[in-house]
Amino acid sequence: MFSIFQKLFITLTIVFAFVTNANARIEFDITRGNVEPLPIAIMDFQGDKVAQDISNVIANNLRNSGLFKLTDKAAFIQKTLEVSGRPKFEDWRVLNVQALANGAVTTLGDGRLRVDYRLWDIFASEEVFGGQRLEIEAKFWRRAAHIISDKIYEGLTGEKGYFDTRIVFVDESGPKNKRVKRLAIMDQDGANVRTLTRGSDLVLTPRFSPTRQEITYMSFEGGQPRVYLLQIETGQREVVGNFPGMTFSPRFSPDGQKIVMSLQQDGNANIYSMDLRSRNTTRLTSGAAIDTAPSYAPDGSRLVFESDRGGRQQLYVMGANGGEPKRISFGNGRYSTPVWSPRGDLIAFTKQTGGQFLIGVMKPDGSGERILAEGFHNEGPTWAPNGRVLMFFRETPGAQGGPRLYSIDLTGRNERRVKTPSFASDPAWSPLLD
Amino acid sequence: MLAATSILKSPAFLALALGLAVAGCAKKDKLPDNSGQLGLNNTGGAAPGSQEEFTTTIGDRVFFETDSSVLTPTARQTLTGQAQWLLRYPNYPITIEGHADERGTREYNLALGARRAAATRDFLASQGVPRNRIRTISFGKERPIAVCNDISCWSQNRRARTALTAPQG
Repeated sequence: MFSIFQKLFITLTIVFAFVTNANARIEFDITRGNVEPLPIAIMDFQGDKVAQDISNVIANNLRNSGLFKLTDKAAFIQKTLEVSGRPKFEDWRVLNVQALANGAVTTLGDGRLRVDYRLWDIFASEEVFGGQRLEIEAKFWRRAAHIISDKIYEGLTGEKGYFDTRIVFVDESGPKNKRVKRLAIMDQDGANVRTLTRGSDLVLTPRFSPTRQEITYMSFEGGQPRVYLLQIETGQREVVGNFPGMTFSPRFSPDGQKIVMSLQQDGNANIYSMDLRSRNTTRLTSGAAIDTAPSYAPDGSRLVFESDRGGRQQLYVMGANGGEPKRISFGNGRYSTPVWSPRGDLIAFTKQTGGQFLIGVMKPDGSGERILAEGFHNEGPTWAPNGRVLMFFRETPGAQGGPRLYSIDLTGRNERRVKTPSFASDPAWSPLLD
Repeated sequence: MLAATSILKSPAFLALALGLAVAGCAKKDKLPDNSGQLGLNNTGGAAPGSQEEFTTTIGDRVFFETDSSVLTPTARQTLTGQAQWLLRYPNYPITIEGHADERGTREYNLALGARRAAATRDFLASQGVPRNRIRTISFGKERPIAVCNDISCWSQNRRARTALTAPQG
């Protein structure tokens, strides 16, 4: 029934990998608020057309990160460079290029691609890393480009990248009062979009497993709104738990072994977790309030969630096994959809104030609130796995209006529309693929 | 498919519902949150005891204030009428759909819609309608009936609709 699924398994071997210079001289601190983009150059990888395509995807990734300024190829003085050769450093210094990547793509006898690539520190006249090689099925050439992008990003910033990742989201079509919603998945840069459900049932809030090719989401299938688990590769689905009411707002624990969600009973929503192996469920909150949107700290020890127990939606933190929640949001407005950063240092949220819906971050103790995106309706942030970029949806008003996806840097800079085939909402970022 | 669809068994009712939805969009002052009075002698041509009669003469939906699940006096009046009608025609299983407007976040609105449905069910039960006849479901902000960017539209979407399924027996 899920003929649309193709097996995503990728054979990927890093045949030969070592870092020749772990302490490159390039000093590039991206943790500061205002980073001047680092001028870099990506030479077209040598080989046939796919080599050029790979180079373009790498350049696009690095440019979109907002951290790098890509030097125009037309300005290059040195036009070609063998993957085994050394750059003419002088020719790049003239252009003020700080780092240079080059490579070569070879098609192997079995049809797979071999990609060799290197990264150079121009002003130090030495390699940041060299001798990197990966081999991959030809149809997964974009993944090769994303993996190399992550390697370059890490080589220059010292932090893990986020390019070899995917986004699950809700694809929206049809008029506003009869929206058809389908789960869809795509690469982080908007390529390779595929739908995962057929649109016959209303589906909401998909979230990735941190450890497996699985998604948890909410579906109204059979007129019974409940939380489901979906195997991405096989299309196999199952209901999560056997609860006496609507379950919604699911999210995995960091070890992938539990799903935490809300259970609606009469006018109240309480938070439950379910262990996926034992199927045991644990009630984590109680009382006459709407407790929802739970999200684990990356070490699994605590949960942040929203509750209207104090009169209107605010953020609360409690132990992963329950206990007395502590309110952390005290600003002017209502706070909702909290998501703990994969780095643990921040919580992203939606904030409603003055008739606007904003995206912001605060520390887990509630201090240091910063607003990143403002406007009529911004909602539902999700973190890139390195905790440096957020994605959310922005809805335009009126009968013709609808949601679209945007990404923004943690500093509030570099806001970008993420292209989708149609209206799109409820994005969730995958972990780095293996 | 959604439960709401299975409710609409007959093509005639479907046409009626569609007509109402269109009318509701065009003339927002003519929504059927009006009667409160039974008006069983004035069925407007609808057969007594029919779903059509329930919708047109009693009113199948009630409206809420922003972020509230408290039944307004108008809503109570409508629901009192609904309860009397439902007690007179006891064979219809009932589904109450709770809805929220678009000016809230998705998860909270699912719970808010459920609260509105529960408040509606509790009122009908207090008027003698057996609880086991009543099922509730929340659609959150997912099924607006009015789509303009205006308070007048948002207020129409903050609603609970009493949907009758095909009679049993």
